[in-house]
Amino acid sequence: MMTREEVLKDLKVRFKEDIVDLFDKSPKRVYVEIRPEAIVKVGTYIFKDLQARFNVASGVDARTHMEILYHFSLEYINLLISVRVKLDRKAPAIDSLATVFKGANWIEREMNELLGIKFRGHPDMRRLLLADEWPEGVYPLRADYREWDVNAVRDRGV
Amino acid sequence: MARSVIPIGPWHPLQEEPEFFSLTVDGETVVDIDVSIGYNHRGIEKLSERKSFDQSSFVIERICGICSTSHPFAYTRAVEDIIPVEVPDRAKYIRTIVAELERIHSHLLWFGLAGHFLGYNTVYHWVWKLREEILDVCEILTGNRNNYAIFKPGGVRRDFKPDDFPLVLKKIDGIIPTLNRLKKAVLDDPVLHARLKGIGILTKEEAIDYCALGPTSRASGVARDVRKDAPYGAYDRIDWDMIVTENGDVFDKVVVRVLEVYESIKIIKACIRDLPGGEIDLNIKDIPPGEGIGAHEAPRGETFHYVRSDGTNRPARHKVRAPTFMNLPTYKATVIGETISDATIILAAIDPCYCCTERMAVRDVKGKKMYGGQDLVRLSQEKTAKIKREMGIP
Repeated sequence: MMTREEVLKDLKVRFKEDIVDLFDKSPKRVYVEIRPEAIVKVGTYIFKDLQARFNVASGVDARTHMEILYHFSLEYINLLISVRVKLDRKAPAIDSLATVFKGANWIEREMNELLGIKFRGHPDMRRLLLADEWPEGVYPLRADYREWDVNAVRDRGV
Repeated sequence: MARSVIPIGPWHPLQEEPEFFSLTVDGETVVDIDVSIGYNHRGIEKLSERKSFDQSSFVIERICGICSTSHPFAYTRAVEDIIPVEVPDRAKYIRTIVAELERIHSHLLWFGLAGHFLGYNTVYHWVWKLREEILDVCEILTGNRNNYAIFKPGGVRRDFKPDDFPLVLKKIDGIIPTLNRLKKAVLDDPVLHARLKGIGILTKEEAIDYCALGPTSRASGVARDVRKDAPYGAYDRIDWDMIVTENGDVFDKVVVRVLEVYESIKIIKACIRDLPGGEIDLNIKDIPPGEGIGAHEAPRGETFHYVRSDGTNRPARHKVRAPTFMNLPTYKATVIGETISDATIILAAIDPCYCCTERMAVRDVKGKKMYGGQDLVRLSQEKTAKIKREMGIP
């Protein structure tokens, strides 16, 4: 198993072309920003070769762009690598990691419906959390979200 | 034999995650399973963005009644990771004690239900009585049986009183004899061996692929526990063991939970013994811009929170990931190929919210035959009774 320094050095060398920024925040946290096109390559390497555990991904509407952080834990060196990608906010889309490991399946479905990020090649992009009558194209976690139907709850007789 | 679809759920949102399972069965055997969730999606992530950092700790405590420590624990650690600060030692120990009390009562709750599903109603009542003792301890120490409201970014809200410790220790020691009988009943009972061994197996590779967490992964031989891998609170100052078994079946998941209760008791007693003095709160006033990540090993696995601050007094983004989110999809690996009478206990084995598993309905494609949730529990109990008869046990 590699040490913390070796892992970071290895990532820097291996993905020299893809890494946009590497922020070494603290002994336990590292943030790596990469080009969105490289997510499958980098994600596969971290998950399979570095034997990391995929914690979860968190999508953020940063107003100027759409951001996804993929959090990976390297349990043997107590390091959490957060891989950051910045996407175009008008039409956010990125390749799916769900084909690489099953743990990414649900969170990509969730980000798809709550933030409107498209995942290319996802095997099962059905609705996960929102109600069936929720309209298409309304994304509740976006910064400019407005309630689409203020009477919704009352109308259902809940 | 004709294939049938069995819808399970989602009627009764008793707990935090009502789920809807659709089992496709061929005769008695499950050939496919699909899960849909979201029936109780309350938008807490969005709600949290409208609350101050301090208020958010109350909101997220209400994500789950059973895990009302786990979410605030992970959240406060995420906020502390933004700054970053370390909380005072006394606060760390208090947090650890509350978290382990929660683990005990959560695991006990699950044993009771598992016992009920299997037709061991004595175990069910036995164990829930034990759980009451632990809830009493929670009330003595924090003032509440659940939703303790003791976590805040930077420390804890209330201090423990040393006068309470003798009674607390007496109550915790008091559950051990019954727990020993329970452990013996589980580990030595030939009926339970016959009933639970070899069903619902999650292999090590599948556990890694699905990123399974907590007892679900540890029963499959994946030694994964945030308390050991990334120690926090008082977990690195106290001697305790991570329970890992190899088989990945329902029996091993039971064993992991039974043995973890003993470890939790060990941790609580050590924490009370070593409880350091001093401050319990850092009185954090401002949260600088930045982002932080906090994790806590909840009874069901790692709870994960991501918080982003833009320098105001509210989180700009708050992502919550409960352990069941990662554990639920493993059904695909565990239920297919098993019989309907085993599906109840396999679905319950990852310790999801039990409302879904006790509210099931079975019907064939034409809708002629209909079983309710109680019928499925009865099927499961009858199978246990059958095994007992075959073994000649009354």
